[in-house]
Amino acid sequence: MSSTEKVELDPAIRDAWHVCAVAADIAPGATAMHCLFGQRLEVARDAAGRPVVRGDGRVLPALERYGFIWTSPGTPPEDLFPLPGYDEPDRKNVVTGSVGIRVSAPRAVENFLDMGHFPFVHTGILGEEPHTEVKEYAVAIDPVADEVVATECQFYQPRAAVGSSGGAKTEYVYRVPHPFCAILYKTSPFDAVRMDIVALFVQPVGEEEIIGHTMMSIIDDRSTATEVRHFQLTIFGQDKPILENQRPRKLPLDPRAETPIRADKSSIMYRRWLTSKGVAYGVIPAP
Amino acid sequence: MLTLYDYELSGSCYKVRLMLGFLGLPHETRHVDFHPGREHKSDAFLAINPLGQLPVLDDDGYVLRDANAILTYLASAHDPGGRWGFGGDAARNGRIAEWLGFASDLTGTIGAARLHDAFFHDIDADAARAGGKRLLRILDEHLWFQERQGAAWLAPGDHPSIADIACFPYTALAQDADLDLADCPAIRRWHDRFKRVPGFTVMPGVFPARE
Ligand SMILES: N[C@@H](CCC(=O)N[C@@H](CS)C(=O)NCC(=O)O)C(=O)O
Ligand SMILES: [Fe+2]
Repeated sequence: MSSTEKVELDPAIRDAWHVCAVAADIAPGATAMHCLFGQRLEVARDAAGRPVVRGDGRVLPALERYGFIWTSPGTPPEDLFPLPGYDEPDRKNVVTGSVGIRVSAPRAVENFLDMGHFPFVHTGILGEEPHTEVKEYAVAIDPVADEVVATECQFYQPRAAVGSSGGAKTEYVYRVPHPFCAILYKTSPFDAVRMDIVALFVQPVGEEEIIGHTMMSIIDDRSTATEVRHFQLTIFGQDKPILENQRPRKLPLDPRAETPIRADKSSIMYRRWLTSKGVAYGVIPAP
Repeated sequence: MLTLYDYELSGSCYKVRLMLGFLGLPHETRHVDFHPGREHKSDAFLAINPLGQLPVLDDDGYVLRDANAILTYLASAHDPGGRWGFGGDAARNGRIAEWLGFASDLTGTIGAARLHDAFFHDIDADAARAGGKRLLRILDEHLWFQERQGAAWLAPGDHPSIADIACFPYTALAQDADLDLADCPAIRRWHDRFKRVPGFTVMPGVFPARE
């Protein structure tokens, strides 16, 4: 993927961790070239297997979490956001694939939060006419974790998960713990209590160019990793043209900038949260 | 039993899925983890297709690789009327073969640029895009002249052929390669007609016909 011009980063983005590679792609001894914020990165591992990221003529902070390698151009916090559930021993954790998309990072996150598109974009899988209505749900900013959280979301889904045997009412919880990362928890077809996890970690290659990395952590001892990936990439492949057709490609933070249909409740909260953090990358700031 | 070695996001596999749909042929699907797993380059898959490419079709032990070959075979073996493929009309057959070759060029240009942009394949994407653009112009012009003669499809005849099937996916997925069809109205009209053929199916990135 081509690199784009260098821009000055706002502090919130500069000092955050950003996904920059799939951990399994970086073999010991090998070096891979990647791109973040229009800058070339060299991703490798040291003798002990720890990730080493170089860029901008120096060694950058590096971390391996949830199947990916993360780095930061600034001074990041000690650790990345937590992902409760991920470490449970009976879960199937699958890196489901990374796709290059011509869109800004926040547009990709916003689309991930939107249930309204399920019946039209993921027809027969995540939604189906006439079940098109998004029922009332709750969205708030968790002040302790500093993240956007949407709860009590539910949707009728013909095939909610790779292991589903039929349509079901599916409950969702969404979290946005990072300006460019979103995680959802949804009803598992195999567990009445615990929920499946689907994560979108966005690597901003440029302001209008991303790599969308997806990961699933599910309770399912029947499906193979290949089947899980096929399921997830089919869905992601359906989102891709929708994302690439959005104009402007950057996310307008002014709540009046778009029709209320597209900017629904969680989207408005997400935009507000980005504004409060002073995020300027990949967005059109509110006046 | 027909078994397709398939990858959902592959335009080449989509050609075969389209054909199976048009002919209404029951089949099994063997998912191959093309991305991110690169399973098509695994020893097990190379034993099936030494080229390390999808799609591959297995018809009761008769194993065939290459989308054009598979379309040709299915048309010969499973379409008794010969509507989709090589019937008795020599001039039509020649045209079908011509456009099958063109479809391979679409795969090598638009398909390759798409694999570069979406899946990071290491190729000269700008050259591939430029090549794809040239092919779209040629196709648009051909379809425009076809329409003027009252012909709806790539090859002569009232019925679409495997040439249409072979050329559809990578032209319909042009946007994935950052190419748009704004300047190709005849291609867009041909897409609309093709999407209305009974048995048509979509893939991620391809939308059903407008109501
Ligand atoms: N000539 C083959 C080419 C198909 C093709 O390019 N398949 C891609 C997937 S869309 C593939 O397997 N590429 C791997 C490679 O070429 O190494 C056909 O038309 O079937
Ligand atoms: Fe979606």
